Amino acid sequence: MRFSFSAEQEEFRGTLRRALEARSPTKEVRRLMATDEGFDRDGWKRLNQELGLTGLLIPEAYGGQGFGFGELGIVLEEMGRSLLCAPFLSTTLAAIAILNAGSEEQKKALLPALADGTKTATLAFQEGNGSIDAAGIAMTATANKLDGTKSFVLDGHTADLIVVVARKKGTTGSDGLSFFTVAGDAPGLTRRKLKTMDETRKLAQLTFKSVEAQPLGIDGAGGPAFAKTLQQAIVCLANEMVGGAERLREDALEYVKMRMQFGRSIASFQTTKNKAADMLVDVELAKSAAYYAAAALDEGDKDMPALASLAKAQAAEAYLQTAIHAVQMHGGIGFTWDNDTHLWFKRAKSSEILFGDANEHREKMMQAWGQQAAE
Amino acid sequence: MTMTDTTTAPTEESVRAEVRAWLEANWNPNYGLVEWREKLCDSGWGAPHWPKEWYGRDLPVKFNAVVDEEFARIGAVGVAKAGIRTLAAATILAHGTDLHKQKFLKRILTGEDTWCQLFSEPGSGSDMAGAVTRADKRGNKWVINGQKVWTTSAHKAHWGLLLARADWDAVKHKGLAYFILDMKQPGVQVHPLKQMNGHASFNQVFFTDAIVEPEMMICDVGDGWTVATTTLMHERRGADGLRSWATASQKPGRIYEEERAEIATTMEPYKWYPQRAGRVDLVMQRARETGKINDPVVRQEVAKLLIMAKSAEWTARRARAAQEQGKPQGPEGSLGKLVASNVARQAARVHTYITGADALLSGEDSPMGGVIAEILVSVPACSIAGGTDEIQRNIISERVLKMPRETSVDTNKPFKDVPRNVVAPR
Repeated sequence: MRFSFSAEQEEFRGTLRRALEARSPTKEVRRLMATDEGFDRDGWKRLNQELGLTGLLIPEAYGGQGFGFGELGIVLEEMGRSLLCAPFLSTTLAAIAILNAGSEEQKKALLPALADGTKTATLAFQEGNGSIDAAGIAMTATANKLDGTKSFVLDGHTADLIVVVARKKGTTGSDGLSFFTVAGDAPGLTRRKLKTMDETRKLAQLTFKSVEAQPLGIDGAGGPAFAKTLQQAIVCLANEMVGGAERLREDALEYVKMRMQFGRSIASFQTTKNKAADMLVDVELAKSAAYYAAAALDEGDKDMPALASLAKAQAAEAYLQTAIHAVQMHGGIGFTWDNDTHLWFKRAKSSEILFGDANEHREKMMQAWGQQAAE
Repeated sequence: MTMTDTTTAPTEESVRAEVRAWLEANWNPNYGLVEWREKLCDSGWGAPHWPKEWYGRDLPVKFNAVVDEEFARIGAVGVAKAGIRTLAAATILAHGTDLHKQKFLKRILTGEDTWCQLFSEPGSGSDMAGAVTRADKRGNKWVINGQKVWTTSAHKAHWGLLLARADWDAVKHKGLAYFILDMKQPGVQVHPLKQMNGHASFNQVFFTDAIVEPEMMICDVGDGWTVATTTLMHERRGADGLRSWATASQKPGRIYEEERAEIATTMEPYKWYPQRAGRVDLVMQRARETGKINDPVVRQEVAKLLIMAKSAEWTARRARAAQEQGKPQGPEGSLGKLVASNVARQAARVHTYITGADALLSGEDSPMGGVIAEILVSVPACSIAGGTDEIQRNIISERVLKMPRETSVDTNKPFKDVPRNVVAPR
């Protein structure tokens, strides 16, 4: 399971890849990334419903199909490959948070609309400091009214439903954390789309002024659900990243095979071949770590905090290094706007930083393994 | 051909029952090592996947595990398996004449003969087909002159697998011949080659009019490279990281003592190999002992190493899973050797950070009785031995990524006209 995909999973991947190749060519990516919304509501709704994407992970009891992170990882990998512009990761993270924090009634009430694609959603936890730790959350909730500012919120300016993490006044760290849901058009909520380096990934800043929110789960006891949600989020992201890295690697390889200089294909130069071999090593190792972490989530592995951080750190290094090599292998054309390489280069950069960079996750992994040894 | 050959195909159960019955009837720890192994040769249970006429039982290789389990269950000693002798056996079985099979196979299995591989030369390392050791026909004998290097166990070996050039007018790969060379003759001199880590696991072998009898030629002139490929294929198969180190039983008794002595001799050249791979297993323990685990810079480097090592292990297991499910080999199966070099280098770096000033020391003055010092000066071998990192990258880019080969400048003319290294006369 952690080392191979079943025939059904491979078939699912093939179907998905063909659909995404048809629906998300780079021409379409460029069109959508230039829009404020960043995606095509009707087009996404159709694709999502045809393939059952946002419902994949959501259990059948809440209107979904009840698959695991292994299958979700395949979807994310293929989306990273095609750079699909759609609120999939954001809606998935909201669904994960509701599954981890919500009560039975809340899951029944909230998840079916996410599963069938009638609503998009997002998870707002980071603030202006960019921290991914519970300690970085300053937003307060008093009598279910939220005050404060969330930032770096994926698709935050378009989401129909926003899952927010806030804390009781006077608490610190993971104590006193609670999850809430807020409608995208709630009174007192100001949403501002941020200008992003990676235009395929839209981020927003959300300012809450005494916004009426619906509590999700037990008030003040959201710490463990937050930690779990974050682990799952970074495993999702790592799987998306390896898909993009592989696509960059393949495109660069195809280009050097075609490009002639000095009367020969530049793919026949050893310096190019060495680089291509090293790129394969980077990408394959990152794939192994991302697949392993996704399968480990499904199996409830106790080593999860370390495995999730390991996968993210490995994907971050591999994706960015692959992107740097890919631009280099394209030469001058690779630095132009019209060439597609920069689309993935920027996605590599934004993914490297989103939800914590490689240094941060290496440290988290060491802390997780240090605690294990002390036990 | 006997009647039993036409009965039903062997199954795991039938093989297990048969070998168990044979062992129960025949195994006795009071045998001498060679005496017992001769019985194994006669019965075919020492190498069950070999042909019946040559000490085997013609069983599919998948049953070897079952046979090994039964040997382990009763505590029986097997045939000699460690060292270059297995490569010699594979090569002789594939390409040798009946005379070679008769003369050598049994003594390989009994462990009476040891072997070495005479391929690499000072002037041809990665470019092994560029060998310039000469084989000249004088009368009906072959006369060998030249030098080989990196020859493990040459100082003990009775026989050598020799690749030498017999036709200088042919192109590079077509002028080679493959011989079985008697190592115990005046024309063969063996000198240990001391490595940068102080060990001398390898030898240099010098030939001065060494003689090969005509019947000890394994193929026609021109086919030597093809035969060498067989030997190399078996060598790489053994280097896929899945092999288990030869270990001897600790039981008392004459046959076990003899086996222990044999394994100690055969494995002696390999005793620093774990250090060559970087000893990732020691890193966390050492970082805690030295307190360097609390240094944020060292923690980052340790984390990089552990992430690389774990991902490498999982990549190898993906390759193995695909193989077991009969899927076509994906790219993940070709990366192991190169990744192992990357891991070893990072491990040496991390051991240095952790060890600090003590990394200046060696032997008993250095940590863990010299193990750490040995890592630091052994790791450079990892990216050279068994195919350099550069060769691995060529293999990956050409065979996996289908990138074009560099234009060849040495395969389109007689080898005598190819520019090559000048080896200083001795």
